[in-house]
Amino acid sequence: MPTEIRSPVPGTFYRKPAPDQPAFKEAGDSVAAGETVGLVEVMKTFIEIKAADAGVIAEFTVEDGTPVTPGQCVCVME
Amino acid sequence: MGITKLLIANRGEIALRIQRAARDLGIKTVQVHSEADTEMLAVKLADEAICIGPAPAAKSYLDIDAILKAARDSGADAIHPGYGFLSENAGFADRVVAAGLIFVGPSGDTIRMMGDKAAARASALAAGVPTVPGSDGIITDMAAAEALAGQIGFPVMIKAAAGGGGRGIRVAETAEEFRTLAPQASAEAKAAFGDGGIYIEKLIARARHVEVQIMGDGQDVVHFFDRECSLQRRRQKVWEEAPSAALDDTTREALCQSAVALAKSVNYRGAGTLEYLYDDATGAFYFIEMNTRIQVEHPVTEMITGHDLLAEMIRVAGGAPLSLRQSDIQRRGHAIEVRLNAEDPANNFMPFPGVVSGLRLPDGPGVRMDHMLYQGYAIPPFYDSLLGKLVVWADTREAALTRLGRALGELQVDGLPTTAPLFSALLGDAELRANHVHTKWLEPWLDSHAHLIAAEKDKAA
Repeated sequence: MPTEIRSPVPGTFYRKPAPDQPAFKEAGDSVAAGETVGLVEVMKTFIEIKAADAGVIAEFTVEDGTPVTPGQCVCVME
Repeated sequence: MGITKLLIANRGEIALRIQRAARDLGIKTVQVHSEADTEMLAVKLADEAICIGPAPAAKSYLDIDAILKAARDSGADAIHPGYGFLSENAGFADRVVAAGLIFVGPSGDTIRMMGDKAAARASALAAGVPTVPGSDGIITDMAAAEALAGQIGFPVMIKAAAGGGGRGIRVAETAEEFRTLAPQASAEAKAAFGDGGIYIEKLIARARHVEVQIMGDGQDVVHFFDRECSLQRRRQKVWEEAPSAALDDTTREALCQSAVALAKSVNYRGAGTLEYLYDDATGAFYFIEMNTRIQVEHPVTEMITGHDLLAEMIRVAGGAPLSLRQSDIQRRGHAIEVRLNAEDPANNFMPFPGVVSGLRLPDGPGVRMDHMLYQGYAIPPFYDSLLGKLVVWADTREAALTRLGRALGELQVDGLPTTAPLFSALLGDAELRANHVHTKWLEPWLDSHAHLIAAEKDKAA
């Protein structure tokens, strides 16, 4: 059953730890429980977005570097 | 000459503070802003507002070309940088002047010199201002290092010259420890950084952060007494007082005179702050750095002296001499400022912008709030979390603490968490009330008093 990973805060969603580094995860990658899949920058602070359970990433629903609202789905896992 | 139209190259509460000072002087204001800040109070209230770019600060508030274009298009004759953003960017100050405009602050050269820690330290030494005792350079001879450590007095910090971010630092409490640790530090630095050079610096345990507000017109310099900002979290000040209750009058006079001497020695123009560490144990103070701008916590100084620092810095930038002699500046009573951030102090200070759905502001005698809030305002997530500052004044520190409690009780911000519950919790602390604090006091206190902060948050809800 697909599950959604949501951003707890509003801000800007990033898929990479730094602009010159590869993405944390790509669609099709497997993810362990507690593993980071992205960052949300809010008020000059970076919050890690983590998977609650292990699974495989079906798709990212938010592009790198775009705004998110609280509770918005950033990534679908299956 | 005098300024007739001031462009404000900042946002939030300080943009509004600058605007008010300009208005009080009969100066028109141009507020630049990002696409995310169209609903900002300073935009709504300015004579003119100009959008200079998208939300990220790099593309708006830090875009020098866009700011200079806005100044040209609006016919502004001066630019106020506020704090943060471009306020201590020497290149920006140079560009403003090269464009034929007034930069409200010191010259680019002064900003450059004071921004360079080694140059600032050298200026301080030349002006006879004490700095943290140390080796003033790299030592390779261990016997000479030990002799110097003995002169400075233990404990001393041994730092790797090539290190940084806390790596390669050791603390020696005694000469014996120094003899063991210094070669270790050097060997480790050699292995880690390929350079075994070390330097030593006196460790000031339980230091207070005290600072002196000064203002210069390029010739003369006056001080507006001291502030204490020892309560810090992650090197960010959260609570500031004026004056420092830890200083006696003799020390205060020596501290303030040292700040004036240093600022005079560089022909300082504008508002500035000299930051020091103060050692309770010995009563010694040590210059650490100078901020060449107006600071967040300037209102506590305004409250105890009754002078408008923003207005004075704008007048001086316009070419006027200082309007005050030192003898015109007296202090009275005690002021406390607390920083109201859009952060949840009961959840590891998680920043959380939101919409201000309800607002009740404290008022009455001795209370001032410098803030950017209004009911319905959606706080943008792109900038720092400071919403405003609650400032109280009273005859004594004890009365100011009581008044802060009264004001916090009146304050209500609905729709987002704020740091207000932290201050309510701190007010109940006996050590804080007795002013037994230092720069490393708050962080462990937060760890051991999380339940109190959570309780204050629940009480306020």
